[in-house]
Amino acid sequence: MKEVKCDCGHINPHGTVLCESCGKPIEGNQHIDGNDNHKLLNMRYDGTARRSQTYNKSIIDKIWSFFSSVKVGVWLIILALIASIIGTIFPQEMYIPAEAPNRDPAVFYEDQYGILGLIYYQLGFHNLYSSLWYMILIALIGVSLVICSLDRFVPLYKALRNQKPRKHKSFLSRQRLYSESDAISEEDYQLIKKNLKKNRYKIVEENGHLLAEKGRFSRWGPYVNHIGLIIILLAAILRSIPLFYMDEYVWVREGQQIVIPGTEGQYYIENKDFILETHDENDERFREAIMQEGSVPSNFQTDVVVYKAEKSIPGAKPELNAILDDSIQMNAPVKFDGYSIYQQGYQLNEFTNMTFKLHKTEDAEEEALATFTVDLTEPESQYELDNGYRVILDQYYPDYYLDDNGEPASETNFPRNPAFVFIVYPPDNTEPEVSFLGIGRNIDATGANEYKLGILDFEMHDVSGLIVKYDRSLPFFGIGAAIFMIGVIQGMYWQHRRVWLNRNENGVLMAAHTNKNWYGIKKDIEKAIQNTDIKMVEDQQELDEKG
Amino acid sequence: MGIEEAKIKKHKKKRNRFIFRISILAVLVGATIFALVSNSRADNTIYRAGDQAPDFQLQQINENNEWETIQLSDFKGKGVMLNFWGTWCKPCEAEMPYMQSLYPEYEEKGIEIIAVSLDNTKLVVDRFIDKYDLTFPIPHDVTGEVRDLYKIGPIPSSIFINPEGEIETVVNGALTLDRLEGYLQEIQPK
Repeated sequence: MKEVKCDCGHINPHGTVLCESCGKPIEGNQHIDGNDNHKLLNMRYDGTARRSQTYNKSIIDKIWSFFSSVKVGVWLIILALIASIIGTIFPQEMYIPAEAPNRDPAVFYEDQYGILGLIYYQLGFHNLYSSLWYMILIALIGVSLVICSLDRFVPLYKALRNQKPRKHKSFLSRQRLYSESDAISEEDYQLIKKNLKKNRYKIVEENGHLLAEKGRFSRWGPYVNHIGLIIILLAAILRSIPLFYMDEYVWVREGQQIVIPGTEGQYYIENKDFILETHDENDERFREAIMQEGSVPSNFQTDVVVYKAEKSIPGAKPELNAILDDSIQMNAPVKFDGYSIYQQGYQLNEFTNMTFKLHKTEDAEEEALATFTVDLTEPESQYELDNGYRVILDQYYPDYYLDDNGEPASETNFPRNPAFVFIVYPPDNTEPEVSFLGIGRNIDATGANEYKLGILDFEMHDVSGLIVKYDRSLPFFGIGAAIFMIGVIQGMYWQHRRVWLNRNENGVLMAAHTNKNWYGIKKDIEKAIQNTDIKMVEDQQELDEKG
Repeated sequence: MGIEEAKIKKHKKKRNRFIFRISILAVLVGATIFALVSNSRADNTIYRAGDQAPDFQLQQINENNEWETIQLSDFKGKGVMLNFWGTWCKPCEAEMPYMQSLYPEYEEKGIEIIAVSLDNTKLVVDRFIDKYDLTFPIPHDVTGEVRDLYKIGPIPSSIFINPEGEIETVVNGALTLDRLEGYLQEIQPK
């Protein structure tokens, strides 16, 4: 590895663009920052040697220099972007609809989307976001972020810490703001120094040369910003660990007391009541919506009791102690011991039980010969009634509908629309009779039944859909986002301004550089050189454009 | 500063840089591996082909079958088809006759078909058994615990377990007679 000795005597590491000490452009390296065809110097990273661009020897160094390339980083981001887009073309595996003819992904994609679907499946896009290669791609972006930042931060930090006020003429004259004046008096020099100090510039002097600098910490903005991003990435890793994130959905029926999933059997919940309230139908605000929909809900609420289970032998009934008696409303969860429970869904009017009465078909008064109650959570196959009647529950459809063949069937497992086929055995051992009963249906199989069944009464309950979750990774996302924002503010609202003043026998060279807001630094200089003989700096970029 | 001294200094600097880079890379690679492993673990709550099938015990409710309770571990050494179904589920109903038609033959060959019912009430299951004359054991998962254990989504779902108690295949969705027979042959004890 060759080191480069500058005319000023400073020895620069290989790959340096501008001498670390005097700033003189180093011959042969100007292509690195694209200075060769421009009058002005590119000041990024202050012309330091980014080692990765010049030095690769061991395998570690090669890996390092690969990831330190911003170009590589940008390509990784583009690849991740394209992959993410492709992942949204067809549904992901977990969203294959339940009613699909075949939910096996090997069949589903080709079935539904033809050859494109087959390719999609075979390339593994059906399970993209948790696939190994996608996660590795995201991890590579993280690696690139860390190495790019380190590889630029370290040399820049060193360069700015070791700045010398004395600069080579070719460095100064190729700054955007530059002027040459005749020699100035010592009073003028002191006045400029005082003025710059008043403007909160930090002054470094060396043999009558001056460097005034302010806002250097603005240069660290991007790196602070990257630290924030890395913390956010780490938080995303933490979120994939069950210890940090849990999310379960549970249906709880009114009156039911069940274990809360995701709590390892430690907590139970009881649904005391589900409440659905609607806005007053005369409410002017919702007049149109009410006309369209019939009603507008104003409150979804579940009154719950949460119990903590005493640890007992597995399988044995736990001993429960109520720890919380509260209402869950939409967007107002209950919280206990780090868990939150949110109101998420509901089902109204499931049947709990139904009471029937038996009467003679021709009895206009429908006087009950006997009554019986069917518990829909545990229906029995036969019911012995008063007066010697016997009823067999032949078929029970919890959620009755007619299927494609016109046969009675149940659409779900839940008693939302119960229907029954009863066989009635009269006490006198005459022929049994078949009756079909449902909500709003009472069909007599033969049309000549002597006895008729009717629904006398029923009880109903609602079902609450609740989300149980904890997200312990959120504070980390918060910290990461805050640091990210601090970095943005640091880089956006402050500028790194530098003014060089070099004096020699022939006169004074003044140059200035800022990373943004050139107007501001010009104002600063104007203020500093008031009432002195020094010439105002000229903006050479503007001259360039005019020429 | 002599040339020798400068050389040593340079050498030291190079070594420090190497240590710095290798430790940063090690941390990054470590974090990546940790992320990948923890992510695949999260997926591991779902049992897949190659995993040991978790044990459970349930009440058996098919009166045509002599088992009173079903404990999966009792069937070690036999191939087991674990089917999750419900009476309201049409595709489940469609594959039941296939299972019944193959059951007597494959039971002799050392395979047990266990059809876990996810129904809420025993009555509907009883009526269903009568309708199709089912003879294989039907454990009743009233609380949904076993469904949760196996993280069964939409039904029907069938899990084919080999004589070593390892999951051979997981099939989501209904089976045809041919496919069913093929899967049964895969788990047949040799």
